[in-house]
Amino acid sequence: MMSEQTNATSHSLETANLIQRFLAGEQSVFHDLIRPYEQMYYRLAFSILRNEQDAEDAVQQAIVTLFTRLDQLKEPERFKQWSIRVVQNEARLLWRRRRQGQYESIDDREENGNEISFRGPRDFADWRDLPSETVEKREIHAALLKALESIPASYREILLLRDVEQLNVAETMEILGISEATVKTRLHRARLRLREALAPTLGIPQPSFWERWKGMNPWSPARR
Amino acid sequence: MVTCKTIIGQISDYLEGNVSAEMRETIERHLRGCRRCSAVYDSTRKMLVIMGDETIFEVPEGYGNRLHSFVDSLVAKAKSSTS
Repeated sequence: MMSEQTNATSHSLETANLIQRFLAGEQSVFHDLIRPYEQMYYRLAFSILRNEQDAEDAVQQAIVTLFTRLDQLKEPERFKQWSIRVVQNEARLLWRRRRQGQYESIDDREENGNEISFRGPRDFADWRDLPSETVEKREIHAALLKALESIPASYREILLLRDVEQLNVAETMEILGISEATVKTRLHRARLRLREALAPTLGIPQPSFWERWKGMNPWSPARR
Repeated sequence: MVTCKTIIGQISDYLEGNVSAEMRETIERHLRGCRRCSAVYDSTRKMLVIMGDETIFEVPEGYGNRLHSFVDSLVAKAKSSTS
């Protein structure tokens, strides 16, 4: 824990130093400034746009913004969160343009729902013997992408920030502009939704197993 | 008595170690006795392990090079406008 904090501190000092040099006219340090985050930028843009070329275009556009507006960043230690937000905004803009106004709402359509929905026997999928040994990584990747595509954009984003990029709650709050409570609730719902979306692909439903539980599902429509 | 719904509602916090000792014990006792919740827990945990594996979400080949060439062009442009 201690060394993590020390690392984080030395990292933000390094970032502050690079920004200072950049602003003093040594623009080539911009390469080093973005290097730790460039893969994250791409993955975030891709999660929104779901197209490789568009994702790269959005990142490039964001890079222009970062490069030309770095002098407006008041707190250099927030470069990471700020830059991620810029990438996210550019990706959303491009996405809207691509969909020409007929886009899926970025805003959460499900968050106001009172219940986390559990649908039918898919919830019983028992993956305990899966997947790393039996399913190829490539297949897992494909299944994961497909499942991510099937869930709301706001869920996709938070899963990417927290569970793929492993950003902490504070960073996620800042990037998404939402409260700590919302980060937690949204992440929890997103995980359950993604798990549910992955179940048909990776799970092995066993009819005899469902039979045993018939009528005992507390989330079955009859008792909802 | 604690319900499956309560347990599922705590799964994320439990996975992150953000529950009280008392709640942790309650959850673990429930998971031992409830195949359904324990399947949800196991699969969610496995899913998180997969998602945390960086190699799952690879960036396209040449992305880094293209990006840094682009940065080079911005740097060159900035230099030519100030000199």
